[in-house]
Amino acid sequence: MTSLTALWGAVIFSGVYHGLNPGMGWPLAVSAALMEQNPRALPRALAMLAVGHFVAMIAILLPFSLMFFLVEWETEIRVGAGIIVVAMGVYLLLNRRHPKFLARVHPARLALWSFLAAMAHGAGLMLVPIYLGICAIGPDETGHLAAQALMSGNVVTAFTVAAAHTLAMTVAGGVVAAVIYVWLGLKFLSRTWLNLDVVWALSLILVGAFGIWSALYGH
Amino acid sequence: MNLRPDPTFYPSPKLAMQAPVENYAFTVMLSPDGSQSDGIAVVDLKPDSDTYGQIVHQVIVPNKGDEFHHFGWNACSSALSPLSGHAFLERRYLIVPGIRSSRIYVIDVKDPLKAHIHKTIEPEELFAKTGYSRPHTIHCGPEGIYVSCLGGGGADGTDGPPGIFIMDCETFEIIGQYEMDRGPQDKHYDFWWNLPQDYMVSSEWGLPPQFENGVVAEDLLSNKYGHSIHFWDLRARKNIQTIDLGDNHQMALEIRPAHDPKKSYGFCGVVVDTTNLQGSIFTWWRDDDGKWQAKKTITIDPRPEKPENLPPLLQGFEAVPPLVTDIDLSLDDKYLYVACWGLGEMHQYDVSDPMNPVLAGKVEVGGIARGTAHPNGKPFAYGPQMVEISRDGKRVYWTNSLYSTWDDQFYPDDEGGQMVMADVGENGGLTLNKDFYVDFPAGLRSHQIRLEGGDCSTDSFCYPSV
Repeated sequence: MTSLTALWGAVIFSGVYHGLNPGMGWPLAVSAALMEQNPRALPRALAMLAVGHFVAMIAILLPFSLMFFLVEWETEIRVGAGIIVVAMGVYLLLNRRHPKFLARVHPARLALWSFLAAMAHGAGLMLVPIYLGICAIGPDETGHLAAQALMSGNVVTAFTVAAAHTLAMTVAGGVVAAVIYVWLGLKFLSRTWLNLDVVWALSLILVGAFGIWSALYGH
Repeated sequence: MNLRPDPTFYPSPKLAMQAPVENYAFTVMLSPDGSQSDGIAVVDLKPDSDTYGQIVHQVIVPNKGDEFHHFGWNACSSALSPLSGHAFLERRYLIVPGIRSSRIYVIDVKDPLKAHIHKTIEPEELFAKTGYSRPHTIHCGPEGIYVSCLGGGGADGTDGPPGIFIMDCETFEIIGQYEMDRGPQDKHYDFWWNLPQDYMVSSEWGLPPQFENGVVAEDLLSNKYGHSIHFWDLRARKNIQTIDLGDNHQMALEIRPAHDPKKSYGFCGVVVDTTNLQGSIFTWWRDDDGKWQAKKTITIDPRPEKPENLPPLLQGFEAVPPLVTDIDLSLDDKYLYVACWGLGEMHQYDVSDPMNPVLAGKVEVGGIARGTAHPNGKPFAYGPQMVEISRDGKRVYWTNSLYSTWDDQFYPDDEGGQMVMADVGENGGLTLNKDFYVDFPAGLRSHQIRLEGGDCSTDSFCYPSV
């Protein structure tokens, strides 16, 4: 398995991981279908959650993709990004308080909620080291391109990474929501709801540390 | 912080009804004249226990003159809101305000038999951070713990309107006022909401000078107590509509929304109609155009009585008003219990059709100029007042005191605190249970009851019953 495949695997894996986390919204899809008494409300809610999550990923990845044409600063950018991701993880580990402003969002504004939830939990940041890893491999394999072409290539990669990640998230969250809605019932909503706060924060630290390591010693 | 949601958080009302039954009740004990400290009594509700129906533990606070009234949990089923994503609070602390002192106690009841004070918030802090006084109803919701206050600022609580403030549900720090646009709301009493539909409803009793030293007869007869209910955009914190029930409908108190969040209706109890002394229940609902409506759906008539049998306050009327002072709705939204504190009756209405309630059961105990004894032969002071229903809807508990100074006006010869329980029949109907009768320690009266693991007036559900 090449390291590029591994990195794309990580994009998908992180999507599944975000999708299974109730903090990223699958209980909202269950709730929507029950409140409207219409199973079609479930995929509709998932789609809105996906839009919010995708925008949140792009909002984080795009600035990095635009910065990355500074090829000579590649290592510094990747190390800096890794430090930011680790810092977010440490922050979430120390500050275990639930972000209050999410409670002010109207329950029907699912896309906005999903965007804010992803931002507040650093969901986009978790992708940054993986994304930068993919971008860094690119030029090596394709030879050194002009900065312009490199940048547009990176933008396309950012969209592809965000889309693949969001698709994986939506499928994973959708499966949990559908299984609870159709088969298991609400009783399992509280049973399957695990506290991932610490695991989530540690994941950010792990991914950030990986980003720093691969920038310095990768290839 | 738990790894799984607290097992006493229930996604839907139906799941709460299927949960294990309650083992303990927490009941307010209050000293009417402030000569003793107030407290919380822990009552054993396990029928097979040796101490069934007894007070097995007391949390007595160090201050005097707090006057406990209503209280509530730090967290409830609302923590399972799909918007929260962090359902890992514990239903562990009771938030107990003193409505006379404006002091708030946070009591840790993780082990009911070792319940103890966890934190005390002094009145000065409440005044400084909120501009409100006389904290009353507690609900746990999206932004933390919401507390309604009966008074505004100043010594008599009339400097500015009363309202709701928000408290952090983990640190119990007071965050500040809830309202961003209160509209015409200038009095306060109860409030509750529908979380997924994002609305809140609030009600009005009167301002502190109208209740602290007893009911002010002139104010009542000139219809100066509250008679409106307010509808709010819960998250925008904005009053979106006020319905005036008519100024003869004095004291619109308890707000009971349907528990199933799919439904957009609820009930409000009105103490007395000054034109005919009736007690009444209004049903409120959202119509197809999104406007709120309210209609009187239950009336309870006064009972004629000879003046010499009546307290001075009522002699001129030659009648006992029902005085609807508390109502409570079972978790299946089927039965509405209505305490007629003046008559000495507890009514059970089948509200399956909320626009056409039908009287399904009735119990007589206590009452003005009647004083019906409990079936076990013991006395029941005052009348049925704060009512709480078990989650499964099979047992209804109630106590007898309304409010210190008002007890003394309506029942000048009575004294004492009792808590009783009635069993609900398979198809409705209500029978007082002979074996359950709690007599409170001498000099203390009783008020609101909370059941371990949640009850029918605490938990807000985020998912419909299916």
